[in-house]
Amino acid sequence: MRIILIFLKKEFAQIFRNKMMLPIIFVIPLVQLLILVNAATMEMKSIRMVIVDNDLSMASRRLASHFLASKFFVIDNYMSSAIQAQQLMQDGKADVVLCINRDFEKQLLNESSAKVQATFNAINGMVAGIASSYIQAIMADYQAELIQSGRYNRPVSIGVAGTNVAPAQLNIQHRFWYNPELNYKCFMVPGVLVVLVTLVGMFLAGLNLVREKEIGTIEQINVTPVKKYQFIAGKLIPFWILALIELGVGLTIGKLIFDIPIEGSLFLLFAIAAIYLVIVLSIGLFVATITETQQQAMFIMFFVMIICIMMSGIFTSVETMPNWAQMVNHLNPAYYFMRVIRMILLKGSGFKDLLFEISCMGIYAVAMLTLAVRKYKKAVA
Amino acid sequence: MVRLNNLCKTYGTTKAIEDISFEVNENEIFGLIGPDGAGKTTIMQIVATLLVPDSGIAEVCGMEVNANFKALRKHIGYMPGKFSLYPDLSIEENIEFFAALFGTTVQENYHLVSDIYSQIEPFKDRPAGKLSGGMKQKLALSCALIHKPKLLILDEPTTGVDAVSRKEFWGMLKNLQKKGISILVSTPYMDEAALCDRVALMQSGKILQIDTPQAVVNSFNEVLYAVTSDKVYKMKEYLKHSNYCKNVHLFGQEVHVTLNTGVIDNVVTELKNTGFSNVEIKPINPTVEDCFMKLMVQ
Repeated sequence: MRIILIFLKKEFAQIFRNKMMLPIIFVIPLVQLLILVNAATMEMKSIRMVIVDNDLSMASRRLASHFLASKFFVIDNYMSSAIQAQQLMQDGKADVVLCINRDFEKQLLNESSAKVQATFNAINGMVAGIASSYIQAIMADYQAELIQSGRYNRPVSIGVAGTNVAPAQLNIQHRFWYNPELNYKCFMVPGVLVVLVTLVGMFLAGLNLVREKEIGTIEQINVTPVKKYQFIAGKLIPFWILALIELGVGLTIGKLIFDIPIEGSLFLLFAIAAIYLVIVLSIGLFVATITETQQQAMFIMFFVMIICIMMSGIFTSVETMPNWAQMVNHLNPAYYFMRVIRMILLKGSGFKDLLFEISCMGIYAVAMLTLAVRKYKKAVA
Repeated sequence: MVRLNNLCKTYGTTKAIEDISFEVNENEIFGLIGPDGAGKTTIMQIVATLLVPDSGIAEVCGMEVNANFKALRKHIGYMPGKFSLYPDLSIEENIEFFAALFGTTVQENYHLVSDIYSQIEPFKDRPAGKLSGGMKQKLALSCALIHKPKLLILDEPTTGVDAVSRKEFWGMLKNLQKKGISILVSTPYMDEAALCDRVALMQSGKILQIDTPQAVVNSFNEVLYAVTSDKVYKMKEYLKHSNYCKNVHLFGQEVHVTLNTGVIDNVVTELKNTGFSNVEIKPINPTVEDCFMKLMVQ
């Protein structure tokens, strides 16, 4: 214990002497949160739409006005030719082309059913998907209006090819639980916090150890009676503490600037973060044992981290990934922590709800730490 | 103090050391002399408990190294060839850190390092990375000594250090010897060999000769001549291919040669006829380096 304290004293002396450390602890979380959370949003606010109105009737104008009123669409072009509109999309100047047929109103009146065609630029599939769902929502709105107006005495349906079905007035009201305003920031802030904690945990400790190899100090340590576990503890604990502080800083920024909800217990969150950190610190240490230079270590850690973070569900939902990816994700520590942090912050999940994730992480932590320490022993003995 | 028996160590297909056996006596300065790649560092690392030999037995303080490395580390002070203290910690922090790791304090063993450490103590708040070569070396030596080791292992301590500091450093080693510390030191500088009690001349992982520096020199049982002229390098090349000379080596501005008997006059005449001017030849006392060169050729 005395030896570990000596190491901690030395490590902290070195950490705080490093002029990059204060920026790393305070500036990086701030910048990451500000940039990533604001930039990596999936709310589409300005989808560029071109409307090709071949009908020019009251009904078609009414429909167009619905899109105009929506804050999601920007309509700068009305065209009379579908070909021209396609050309605009080809030039990348339009995301969606909405075509209203010549007989739109007539069909509505006579057949109670009319079709409009929407064409999406699906180069970015995500944008296309979101735009599509917005359009459907607006169409549904319009349809409701038509029915209410009573101008059309027969049942009305738009957008669906088909027969006249008796109007069942089903009114679906959406409620989004845990994030009622569908505030994307509430989703992103916890995600960015996971990135931060992973970054500090995996990189700083691992690079620190490789540095000792690089400058040769590890040889000098190895000829002292210091035991391996003491040395490793001396390496892990400082960065473990540092990463937890980092999480605290990040949460504070998230609360102050983005007003993210903190529904669950912060104590539980930090306790689980502590387990998670043991995993990533051990990965960092493991990488450090199999590499000789900081450059090599950096490359491998970067590789590992990108995969872990991208697969963890930071941007895309894990549930929509193919089966094999979901299976692989059980080996991804970031996946568990990403779930846990969102569940605690947004949903207020407690210990019992997270039992599965916590046990997985616990096993993972023990296994990874054992592996790293064993590998380390072999590497230097 | 140290006993090595038939040590072998192979890295991949390269034999780093082959069949190395020697003993370092109590309170002796033992030098491993040889060029880069001779295997000096490998031997040092085995003795310092950092490396396990493929075969052979190493004993330090009467204990087998591999089995007792934990106990031995308390008695060994090791100074690696590369400066390996924390560059971002100050002189004082470095030495206190290493003292603490050995469970001792700087005060407790200050007498041992005083004449070395006192020279750098005025700068004790300076980061180790910002010290000059000589000061780094003094700090590294202080750190290796602070736990009062019985055996000090110094891997090329004077490489990259200026001539004055080198001389001073050997003075320190002699003082440490007086305090009862045995020293195993390696160096590529042949002139430092004379300062050891005994030396092992090494080449390509093998020991060529082990003896006192004087005995090594005495074993040079031929007359050695130093030849000078105005074109030293050309003359060396010429002599190398002449029939008169056995060993020809360039030593600074001189060429050291051993000759076949009775040809000394012929050599001078021939050199003059070939166009070398200011040719001088005189017998000299061989140095360890001359012996080394001769052994190397054999």
